[in-house]
Amino acid sequence: MAAISREEVAHLARLSRLAVTEEELDTFAGQLDVILQSVAQVGEVAAADIPPTSHSVPLTNVLREDVVTPSLTPQEVLSGAPDAEEQRFRVPRILDEDVAS
Amino acid sequence: MTDLTKLSAVDLAGLVATGETSAVEVTQAHLDRIGAVDERVHAFLHVDTEGALAAARAVDERRAAGEELGPLAGVPVAVKDVLTTKGVPTTVGSKILEGWRPPYDSTIVERLRAAGTVMLGKTNMDEFAMGSSTEYSAYGPTRNPWDTDRIPGGSGGGSAAALAAYEAPLSIGSDTGGSIRQPGAVTGTVGAKPTYGGTSRYGLVAFSSSLDTPGPCARNVLDAALLHQVIGGHDPRDSTSIPAPVPDVVGAARLGASGDLTGVKLGVVTEFTGEGAEPGVMAAFRESVEALAKLGAEIVEISCPHFRYALPAYYLIAPSECSSNLARFDGVRFGLRVGDDGNRSLEEVMSLTREAGFGPEVKRRIMIGTYALSSGYYDAYYGQAQKVRTLITRDFTTAFEQVDALISPTTPFVAFPIGARTSDPYQMYLADLFTIPTNLYGGPAISVPCGLSDGLPVGLQIMAPTMADDRMYRVAAALESSVGTFTPPAL
Repeated sequence: MAAISREEVAHLARLSRLAVTEEELDTFAGQLDVILQSVAQVGEVAAADIPPTSHSVPLTNVLREDVVTPSLTPQEVLSGAPDAEEQRFRVPRILDEDVAS
Repeated sequence: MTDLTKLSAVDLAGLVATGETSAVEVTQAHLDRIGAVDERVHAFLHVDTEGALAAARAVDERRAAGEELGPLAGVPVAVKDVLTTKGVPTTVGSKILEGWRPPYDSTIVERLRAAGTVMLGKTNMDEFAMGSSTEYSAYGPTRNPWDTDRIPGGSGGGSAAALAAYEAPLSIGSDTGGSIRQPGAVTGTVGAKPTYGGTSRYGLVAFSSSLDTPGPCARNVLDAALLHQVIGGHDPRDSTSIPAPVPDVVGAARLGASGDLTGVKLGVVTEFTGEGAEPGVMAAFRESVEALAKLGAEIVEISCPHFRYALPAYYLIAPSECSSNLARFDGVRFGLRVGDDGNRSLEEVMSLTREAGFGPEVKRRIMIGTYALSSGYYDAYYGQAQKVRTLITRDFTTAFEQVDALISPTTPFVAFPIGARTSDPYQMYLADLFTIPTNLYGGPAISVPCGLSDGLPVGLQIMAPTMADDRMYRVAAALESSVGTFTPPAL
C-alpha cells in the first residue's frame, strides 16, 4: 500500500508554497512514497520511554551583553531585495486575497 | 621550477613566510591552474580573481613591512558556496539565490581573511547542501578529477574536487550528513567534520540547524588541522557555538605523523563492515586496519546496534529542519522573485518563486519535512526520529567508554558514474549511510584516504567523542604516515 497519495502530495506542495506542475506531482508522488516507506523504519525501534534529542549541544539560555554593536546599514540590508521602496522591502499585496483553501 | 599547485599548504606558507615565493605568485599559479582545468572539473561557481590577488598583495605587503604572519598566510583557499562572502556571489548552488551578493561575511570567511589566507572563489555544491554527488547543483555537476565521468561526492563536491585537481591546496566544506567526509573519500582527499558547535554557523546558509557543521578540507591531515585551527573556536554570534578553546588538532596531527599509536584503542563498527559496503572498499579498509594495528593501535570490534536506524532518522530530522529553514526563501528580502505582475497575491508570488527557484531534491525534502512535522504524523515520524537520535547518541557514549575512537569505511562505495543514482533519490541517500550517525550524535569525524579500489580512492572514517577532535587527527595522521597520500592521474 502506498504511504502517500498524489492528493496528499498536492496538499503538501500547497502547504510548502510550491506551485508544482501536474507532471511534477506524478514524479514526486512515487518518489516520496519510496522515501517515506523507507524512513518509516524508525518505527521498528522500541523507544516509548526514551527522551527525544533535538540538539547535541547542552547549552541553554545563551545571552549576549546588551550593548550596541556595529550592524548593517538599511542600504546594505536592502541591497539584495527583489524590490524595495522608501527603505522598506516592497511586497505584493497581502490584503484582500482569497483565503487559501 | 617547482609547480606551486602541487605543494602542501604548510610548504606554501613556509615559502611565503621566508620570502622565497610571494603570495601573489602562489595565488596566480592557482588561478592559472583553475583557468586550465576547471572547464573540465567545474569545481568553482565563482572565481574571485581580483579579490584573491588583492588579498595576496596585502600579505606580501605585511611581510615586507616585517609583520608576523599566521601559519597559513598567503595560502589560497576555496570556499563552499554555502558560506556568505561580502560582495562576492553566494548561491548555495541554487537558482533562488542567483546573483545574490551578501552584505556580510560569515564568521568562517572572516577568520580566513584575518589569518591572511587568500580566497580563490566559491565552490560548487548540491543545491542547499542536499545531495551526495553535486549533481543536484542548479549550475551543473562537478566532475571527479580521478575520472571525469564520475561524481566527486556531495554536497561539497566542488571543495573536494578543487583539491584533487590542484586548483586549491585548502578548501572549506560543510557537513550535515557527510557532505565533507564523503566527497573527501571519493576524491582521495582529507575532510574533517568538527564537533558540532566547534565551528561557527554564522553566515552558513542553514539546511538543518542542529546538524550543519562547517569544516576543513585538504590534501593531507596536517593541512586540514591547520585550517581547522584557523576557522574553529567560539563565536558569540552563533548561540550553539561551544565556549571552549579548539582542541589541539595541530599538535595531534604532528604527534600522529610520528606513526606511533601505542596505547590507542580503536573500535571497528561491526554494523558498517558487513554487507553494506562493496568488496573493494572493504578490502582497502581491512588493509588499513592492519596498518593501524602495526602502528601500535589496539583494535577491537564494537557493535552500535542503533546505527542502522541513523539513515531513516536523519531523513526525517534533516528534512523537517530544512522545511522550516527554507521558509525564509519567499522572494521578499533576497534572491529571486517570480510572477509579481501587480495582480497576483503575495502567496501566489511566493509559490511561483519557490517553484521556479528550487530544484527537485530541495522540493522533495521540504515536502517530506512538512509531512513529518504535520499533526497526525509528528509522533510517528519526527518525534520517533528524535528518540532514535537519543539511542544513537547512547551507542556512541557507550562505545567511547570502551575505545578512544571508532573506525569504519567513510562510504559504502567508491565514486559512481554521473547519472547512476539521480533517478532514485533513496539510492542517493545510501551514500551517507556511514557518515550520518556522527551528525546525529554531534561528535567529530574525519575521512582520510586509505587505499584504492579499481583505481578509485577509498576513505577511512575516524569518529571521536565530542570535543576530542584532536584524537581523530592523531589517528588520521598516523594512518597517512603508513599508507601515504594518493595522486589522481593527470587531468
